[in-house]
This record gives sequence, C-alpha cells and structure tokens, in this order.
Amino acid sequence: MNIHEYQAKELLARNGVNVPSGKACKSIEEAQTAAQALFDAGQSMLVIKSQIHAGGRGKGTFKSGFQGGVHLCKSVDETVETAKAMLGEVLVTKQTGPEGREVKTLLIASAEKIVKELYLAVLLDRNTSKPIVMASTEGGMDIEEVAEKSPEKIVKETIDPAMGMMPYQARKIAAALNLPSSLIGQATKLLMGVYKTFWSCDASMVEINPLCIVENVDETQGIAAVDAKISLDDNALYRHKDILEMRDLAEEAPLEIEAGKFDLNYIKLDGNIACLVNGAGLAMATMDIIKHYGGDPANFLDVGGGASREQVTAAFKIILSDPNVKGILVNIFGGIMQCDVIAEGVVSAAKETNLSIPLVVRLEGNNVEIGKKILNESGLELISGDSMADAAKKIVAVV
Amino acid sequence: MAILVTPETKVLVQGITGSFGGRHAQLSLEYGTQIVAGVTPGKGGQTFEDKVPVFDTVAQAVAETGTTTSAVFVPPPFAADAILEGVDAGLDLVVCITEGIPVNDMVKVKRALEGSKTRLIGPNCPGIVTPGEGKQSSGGCRIGIAPGYIHKKGNIGVVSRSGTLTYEAVWQLTCRGVGQSTCVGIGGDPVNGTSHLDVIKMFNDDPDTHGIIMIGEIGGSAEEEAAAWIRDNCKKPVAGFIAGTTAPPGRRMGHAGAIVSGGKGTAEAKIEAFREAGIQVAQTPSEMADVLLKVM
Repeated sequence: MNIHEYQAKELLARNGVNVPSGKACKSIEEAQTAAQALFDAGQSMLVIKSQIHAGGRGKGTFKSGFQGGVHLCKSVDETVETAKAMLGEVLVTKQTGPEGREVKTLLIASAEKIVKELYLAVLLDRNTSKPIVMASTEGGMDIEEVAEKSPEKIVKETIDPAMGMMPYQARKIAAALNLPSSLIGQATKLLMGVYKTFWSCDASMVEINPLCIVENVDETQGIAAVDAKISLDDNALYRHKDILEMRDLAEEAPLEIEAGKFDLNYIKLDGNIACLVNGAGLAMATMDIIKHYGGDPANFLDVGGGASREQVTAAFKIILSDPNVKGILVNIFGGIMQCDVIAEGVVSAAKETNLSIPLVVRLEGNNVEIGKKILNESGLELISGDSMADAAKKIVAVV
Repeated sequence: MAILVTPETKVLVQGITGSFGGRHAQLSLEYGTQIVAGVTPGKGGQTFEDKVPVFDTVAQAVAETGTTTSAVFVPPPFAADAILEGVDAGLDLVVCITEGIPVNDMVKVKRALEGSKTRLIGPNCPGIVTPGEGKQSSGGCRIGIAPGYIHKKGNIGVVSRSGTLTYEAVWQLTCRGVGQSTCVGIGGDPVNGTSHLDVIKMFNDDPDTHGIIMIGEIGGSAEEEAAAWIRDNCKKPVAGFIAGTTAPPGRRMGHAGAIVSGGKGTAEAKIEAFREAGIQVAQTPSEMADVLLKVM
C-alpha cells in the first residue's frame, strides 16, 4: 500500500524525523487558514504541493492547462489563488499516465531555504534478507539514474535486524554524505528516526528525496526531510490499524479494489485478451504465452488455489467490465481442485454474465475428462484448449 | 536417493487441526507419507484422523515421535513463531506453506536461522514432493499442498518459486513418461529460507537426479545467482523458464516477491543470464519438459 507525502511525513515526524511544518488541506478555507498560520509564525515563503500517489508532480500539468503540481507562494492571497487552480483539478505527470489524477488534498508547508539536496532510502536488500540504508550526495534526482551513471556516489549500509540501526552506522552515513561536523548530531537523530519508521511501520520502502541541509531563520543550518515517500508491506497492515486508515481508495483502480473483495488478485493491463488463472506464477506465464503468440493480455488475474464458483463468477464480472476485453482465456491447473467443479463454475459464470465474447478454456488435472464433458455439454460456445500453447493460439486467433 | 526428503521421512504438521492444514495432512496420509505428529497449542492429547497424535509443542512431538521435518500451516500472524519453534526443537527441515507472512517477520526468522542446523523451505510455497513407487507415485513423501498423483518416480529435479507452474512442469514430464527425483517449491516471497541455488546444488550432488528444470519469475536476483553457479559448476543438463516477461514494472504480480522495481529483476535479464549459463530456455511454459528432454 502506498500513502501520500503528508501521511509519510506524519509517520516520520512521530519517529523524531525533522520535517518542514505544514498541514494537509482539503478545501480552500483550510488552505487559507493553514497559510495564515504559517505566515503568522514568521514564514516568508510557503510551498503548496499536490497530494497524489505519483512522482513528477512539480513538472506535471493540470488538464486545465495550469502548469506545475508544486508551487511557492509569498502571501496568503497568492496561496489561495494557487490552491484554487489546483484543488479538484486533474494533474498529469510522467507517472500518472494520460488520464492523470484528481488532486483532492494539498500539503501547505513552510518553504525551506535549501543549502544542499541529498538522497536517503531504507528498503529490503533481497540478497542479504536484511534492511539496507542507501544514501547519496546526489539528491533531488532519480536515484536509478545516479546508480547507473555514478554508482560510487551511493553509499550503502546493511542493518542487522537483530540489533536495528546503531548510532555509529548513522554517523558513518552522515560522514559519507560529507555533512559538516556541526550537523552530525542532527543527522544521526534523523537517520535513526527514518530507520525506526521503516521498521516499526513495516514499510517496504521509505524514501526521502530530497533530504536537505536547510538554512534556518537565524542562519544556523539544519537537516530536514523535504519530500517523503513510504510504501507499506500489505501483509503487515493487519497490525497497523492507524496506517490502514491512511489508505486512499481514490488512488487505486476500482476494478482492483472490487477484485480484492473476493480474494482475487487482479491487475489491469492494456490488452484485449483477458485471462483467468489459478496461481500467480501460472497467471504470469499465461500472460506471457498470449503475448508470445501475438496477442495482448488485458489483465493479470490469479483466482488462488481454491477457485470457487463465487470467485469465478466475480472474476468474470470484473474481466467483462473492462471495455477493451474481446476474449477470455481460462487456464486452470486443477491440482487439488477437481476440474469438474471448476468447469461448473465457469459454465455458471458464463451464463450468469450472458457472455457474448469468445471463451477458450484449458483445464488440466484431477477429473479433467468430466470437466471437459461439462464444458462441452453446457450449450455455451466455448473453445477447448488442450495445452497452454494450444489454448493461447486459439484465443489469439479468434480475437 | 532424492533430496531433502525420502519416503521414510517422519513428518510433523504444525497447525494440523486447522481446516487447511488438516485437509492437506489427510491428503499426505493418503499419498503414503509418514505423518507421525501434529502440533496445535492447546489441543495436545487429541488424535488426528484416529492415527496421528497431536501435541502442544514441537519439542514434545520430537521427543515422542522422532520427527525431523515439519510442515507449517499456521496463519500468517503466528507463522514466524511456529517456524522458530521448529528451529528451537532441532528439526532438520521446516517447510512453511503459509502465504502472507509480514516481510519483517521473515527478516527476523532468516537472521535467527543463521548458525542453526535447520533448513527452511518457503514460506508461501507449495512444499516438497519426493514421488513414491506406488500407483500414481503414492508411497512417496508429500509435504505441503501439491497434488500427489501428478508425479512419477524418476530422475528429474524440479525447482520453482510458483506452485501451479511447478505442477505444470511435473505434469508435462509425467505425461511424457518421465519421472522426478524431488520437486521443490521455494516460494514466492522476497525473503525465503532456501534459494534456487541451494536446491540446484543439492540436485547436482544427488546421484538419482539426472536433469533439472528450474522455474523462476521476475523480481530479485536469485535466478541470476543460480545461473552463474550452474555455468561454472553444474554437471547436469538444466532447462529453465522465467515467468513475467509481460509484467509491468512496479506492480506486484500476486507473489510478494514478483515485482520489477528500479529496473531490476526483469525477465529479460534473467533469461539472458540463463542463456549465458548454457541453460536451455523454454520460450513458453508449454515447452518446459520438451526443452529439457531434448538435451537429456
């Protein structure tokens, strides 16, 4: 699960990480109040940031033509005018796709005077099965680009999960980032807080880009998480009720939310051949084989090991609500499940949804002969596939 | 010989009184597997299916029955604890079937396994099957959730992250009259106990395994590591398949570990690594067995 920047900053702040003061606003009135409060507190400049689950906001364009999803404002009036141009409008960035996302929340925060931009992330290192902290002096840019062009500018520190991050590790990273001695203490506190956020929230990644050396009003320097992105381990959400409340369903695809209600794992793609498969690996392989024979998969859909009649019916409805779908490939390896039970599920689902597009079914496993007989005698115009290759060729041919 | 388990292996089922664990314990018994004990805290003293004693703790089950291997069917919030209980009791092998364990729990388990004698397979895996000599391979050792009857005793080792893709490969072999030594599902999570490479090394050392099918998927770099080792060390023919060529980056494809992120873990990179290592790559999942048999 992903959360918004303002929510990520809230979690970080709870763990002692310094973030610029600010407020999430869902209306113009709230924006006005928040801006007034910040200016009253002595701020001379504010930043107003669109809250959507996609990167590239600053360089994005609203469908209204208004440029930029992030703006600096010097007065309450300017903040209000800018907020009016952003709130409720659809922002298109390089990560949202052409349809864009509606901006429903704005983060209004103090604009820090930035001395230097750095990069910081904590994530799982799959090679060691341990958390790893990655930091770089090249902040504010795409870290993958840094990794490719100048990998020596990325420092990595593996954390022993039995100990958690030790302060010396934080100091080591701070030193590797060439921070002045006067900032080592603050940076250590921030790094420890970021790791604590990662671990205690069961995050799969915490990314601070940029992490900034900032100049305070009294001209001393500080360090702050100016942007923040957190994604969470779905499997661990059951023990974080407070974080689960941060879920923003408007940021998720409606069909994927619907699928989740039936324990179906569905991901919409751009093609026109829908597939319904049991098991994640086989579902991926089914998409691949459709592509291999010249077709284009419309989705990933894993109905799980069980594939009950209710699930298959729900799956058909979800598949058919995608207007691009011109044919369906059902590929089930009935290992423990009986193929006849699955065949009955497919037949009843096809009838209940008044299926009118081509359907190719490939069944294999337990009671496969009875299953095929049920399909053949169903009165449905379905095509039977003998192997995965045969089934894929047949659906590609008729779509 | 097979690897990891033989028909003589004495198996314990943790979570045997749950509906999922119970159903598969029953299927394993029907397959002829030596299920000698069950563990469900608070249900010690009961008997499963009138023949398998249930204990409160793994340590009790080990002391009473001499079991060396456990299948974990415990729900996700309690699974890490169940695995570590098996480690503490000195089991040789713990196979964790449970899907949906928090990653941090597995990070801690993996750390705790360092220096222990216990091997963990999984989690989120279909388990292990060493086929037997009976009808439809019965009399073998089935730990987990794979359908037993699709197997056939023989000399091909199969290792995969995915359950149904394993069954697909096994069934293709069996339909061609070719049997398997052992089939191992290592699981689809980002942190697991045993890697492709660990299993490949065991197959390489097993005199009864003459060829190997290795099935991978997008995410991580375990397939690349296994391929590099195979290139330099493996004495046996290997066929491979990688699922997820069409998967969009940044999306988790069912398995928690099946995700292309930051340009890493792509199917293309893995297929290339396979090719460089001399592994025969199946273009489609329909050809996994045929591609191997061509080089046997």
